[in-house]
Amino acid sequence: MATEFTPIASFLGGTMIGLSAVLLMLFAGRIAGISGIAARLLPPYGDSRPTGRLAFVAGLILAPLAYAAVAGSLPAPTIAASPSVLVVAGLLVGFGSVWGQGCTSGHGVCGLARLSPRSMVATAVFMAVAIITVFLTRHIL
Amino acid sequence: MAILLQFLTGLIFGLGLIVAGMADPAKVLNFLDLTGTWDPSLAFVMAGAIAVTFFGFRLALRRPQPILAKRFHLPTASGVDARVVVGPAIFGIGWGLSGLCPGPALTLLGFGLPSAFIFVAAMAAGMAIARWRDGRQAADVSGPQRAPHQT
Repeated sequence: MATEFTPIASFLGGTMIGLSAVLLMLFAGRIAGISGIAARLLPPYGDSRPTGRLAFVAGLILAPLAYAAVAGSLPAPTIAASPSVLVVAGLLVGFGSVWGQGCTSGHGVCGLARLSPRSMVATAVFMAVAIITVFLTRHIL
Repeated sequence: MAILLQFLTGLIFGLGLIVAGMADPAKVLNFLDLTGTWDPSLAFVMAGAIAVTFFGFRLALRRPQPILAKRFHLPTASGVDARVVVGPAIFGIGWGLSGLCPGPALTLLGFGLPSAFIFVAAMAAGMAIARWRDGRQAADVSGPQRAPHQT
């Protein structure tokens, strides 16, 4: 199913993601890596209390409500994958992002902006592997 | 104050995902489908996000400390090791299968989609397994050195 090319909205949304990352660094001194923030809501608990991370995740989850309140309606996202594929994909995304110490936000945005060699490698790898995965599932299998 | 600001930063992040179209897995999968129904929009998301973060981080890090915290917590690991290849490779398979990564998955919970709840539950399990393995490996002196920071 084709989706509409939205360069302006996507760039604007991207700057909001960037603004959020900058604010988190400026006020809390933390990298806006969603996998790290979410994973450290789970045990084992280490040094810091999870209240700040909990508040950040609550903001993420409540964003659709805020969007609907301002815009009057919400876009309708499509999750095409079956429940069994979602379980497998969820396990891989959860494990891989924690094992690789970052995901699209921590490596793909914050890490690249910091010119981190680790994040450059990580981003290149997950982009390439995801593109190959989509190619195999959509065009070969 | 700090809690409210963390909530607002999460809210802005989630709103950004929705405005950008990144909260729609169909759009993400089309971005990854170079030879099919390719939608290059997400390159513009990354460009916008990295441009703001590139300059914003440099301004923020000029301060001796964050406004509401004692110090900046930046990743200290800088070398490229196996984990930073293996982890993203595993992550990339899951991302390519579903079109979902952690941020959009959490924001999709707020859309009330049952599929999002299934994915997030599995994702939490995957994260818990990785953290458990991480702890075991840190205790094993023969294992690779544990990187001190999660980005």
